[in-house]
Amino acid sequence: MIVFLALTFSGIALGAIYFLAASGLSLIYGLMDILNFAHGLFMTLGAYAAWDVASHLPASWGTPLLFTIAVFASVVGGALSAGLTEVFIIRPLYGRPISQILVTIGLDLAVVGLLLGGFGSNSLSVPVPLWLIEASHLGGLNLPNSDFVALIAGVVVLVSLEWFLRKTRYGITIRAGVENRDMVSALGINVGRAFTLVFVIGGAMAGLAGLLYAVVFSGDLISPTQGDSLLIFAFIVVVIGGLGSIRGSAVAALAVGLVQDYTNFYLGSHPGMAEIGNLSVVLLLALVLEWRPRGLFGSTL
Amino acid sequence: MRSVSRRALAVAFGVVVLFALIPLVGLHLPWVLPSTVNVVNSTGTLEVLALCFIFAGVALGYDVIFGFTGLLSLGPVMYFATGVYVFDITLTHWGWPLVPALAATFVVSLVLAVVLGAIALRVSGIAFTMVTLAFAQAFYYLIEDNPHGLTGGDTGLALYSTRLPGFLSGAVSNTRNLYWIALGFLVVSYAVVWLVTESATGHVFVAIRENERRLEVLGIHPFRYKLAAYTLSSLVATGGGVAYILLIGTAVPSAVASTTVTLSILIMVVLGGAGTRWGAVTGAVLYVYLQQYLLKVAAEPSFASLPSFLRVPLSQPQFLLGAIFVLFVIFVPGGIAGVVTRRRLRFASRRFDAASAPTGTLSMEDQ
Repeated sequence: MIVFLALTFSGIALGAIYFLAASGLSLIYGLMDILNFAHGLFMTLGAYAAWDVASHLPASWGTPLLFTIAVFASVVGGALSAGLTEVFIIRPLYGRPISQILVTIGLDLAVVGLLLGGFGSNSLSVPVPLWLIEASHLGGLNLPNSDFVALIAGVVVLVSLEWFLRKTRYGITIRAGVENRDMVSALGINVGRAFTLVFVIGGAMAGLAGLLYAVVFSGDLISPTQGDSLLIFAFIVVVIGGLGSIRGSAVAALAVGLVQDYTNFYLGSHPGMAEIGNLSVVLLLALVLEWRPRGLFGSTL
Repeated sequence: MRSVSRRALAVAFGVVVLFALIPLVGLHLPWVLPSTVNVVNSTGTLEVLALCFIFAGVALGYDVIFGFTGLLSLGPVMYFATGVYVFDITLTHWGWPLVPALAATFVVSLVLAVVLGAIALRVSGIAFTMVTLAFAQAFYYLIEDNPHGLTGGDTGLALYSTRLPGFLSGAVSNTRNLYWIALGFLVVSYAVVWLVTESATGHVFVAIRENERRLEVLGIHPFRYKLAAYTLSSLVATGGGVAYILLIGTAVPSAVASTTVTLSILIMVVLGGAGTRWGAVTGAVLYVYLQQYLLKVAAEPSFASLPSFLRVPLSQPQFLLGAIFVLFVIFVPGGIAGVVTRRRLRFASRRFDAASAPTGTLSMEDQ
């Protein structure tokens, strides 16, 4: 029972990171019909921005401050790279949906190639405070502090995103655009600005996801290809949740995180089943799509 | 079926004969060859050319589903990997004779394509893309998992050359044979894709791309045709996998089963021009050749003296090819084939002083 609870907790933490990665992807698809293959790149660039900033500041500032700055750097790095991508790469291709998908694939390849050339394929280490590596004792459970950070980040982002989309002018424009883009632009609202905005918001969340994934699951190490592996799961979460739905993404991210965590632990120790966690996620996707081709919360496709 | 002009057939035949003769000619060509030995029939050059042919065939098969039928599948690598692994395992690990091993490989691929294709095609649009991607990814994890020690997992799976038929065993002296096998694979794929895409079935493929709803109204079920296109492109990819493992001799999951391979195939087709046969072939040959050539350039000693802001990006074929691809998508819609078609149209319209007719090759998106 203790083990099960601990597994549930780490599955939820994993789900929180999947949510950060997937919600931007879902918004971008919902508003612009773009399957954004560069989203993994935004995650990687966020993590590298964090590493770059943290490793150039004096170590005497102490790891708690450095890590806080690194978190901001990952958000800014992800948002900036996504914003620039939208303005310079996506915008010339409005009205050409397949080309927009293709161009994000090319961008991802090119920039990951550049990172491989510049930093090498070896992993780099992000400085983190000691307490982040430690675990807290809670009712007989040993829960890693980094999992708490991921969980809190996920909840904060979910709540503020819901607030933004429901209460602010821009948010309402975006939601309306997801529902019916043509109608919104027919009413004289500048949808182009909303396009850039969803990219910036999505990129910011992706950047944060990239850094947190490194901190929580790969021992503070970042690598040029980390975003691409995370991207596949973000895609799966988006499709299960229903394209364009934030709540769908949140529910699906939790489901995927938990399924992956449980199967990995209970079945993954058998010989030849090391990848069972990943496999079961794919199986979950196939089952959901057979049952509801538009995903759990999807309305339009 | 459109009648094929004798001239086109003669040109095709000539090109094939020309390439088939390359291993016999010791022509010295500086600068342009991808290997450090500047002779056309050196082992290194023949290997690169053979790799070009293999991916040209695979890209051609992928063009059937993506370019002609308009379905963005991200699963071709799964069938390529099936060719690589099933052929290698049955032939050199289980010791089956050549023909049964080959037959088993294609049967496995056929069953996989029909079953998984039927599941994936239950959904359409982006969901179809995602399901194919997820299946391919699951397949990759399976191979990585090394079930029952079959696939060798991360470390890769060797092709035991001692168990190969005589004309294939012994790496260097048989490069020529492997080159011809690769060329033969491309010729057969081209012939099959040509026949299918010019047939009534092929016209239904294009009709699905252009307007699926209209097809349903006409009483034609698109599903069967989509599955046929999916299966055909999968079988061609499997053939490519078989030729690949014979040529390269080892199978590593990251090189033969990862999504990166799918994306490269997609890029080849788009560079050359989706929806045209020779465009897909040209794109693939260009892509593979450039990739190998850039590696050679980056390894040259004069290259090391460049300042790092030039040397680092230029030494990464992945960066250069990705950047070229981005520029192509933005500035050269329709790829190389699109440029040629537009030239031809402009020429024709000038000659006849008439408005140019739109062609199918350029209109595959932007509906």
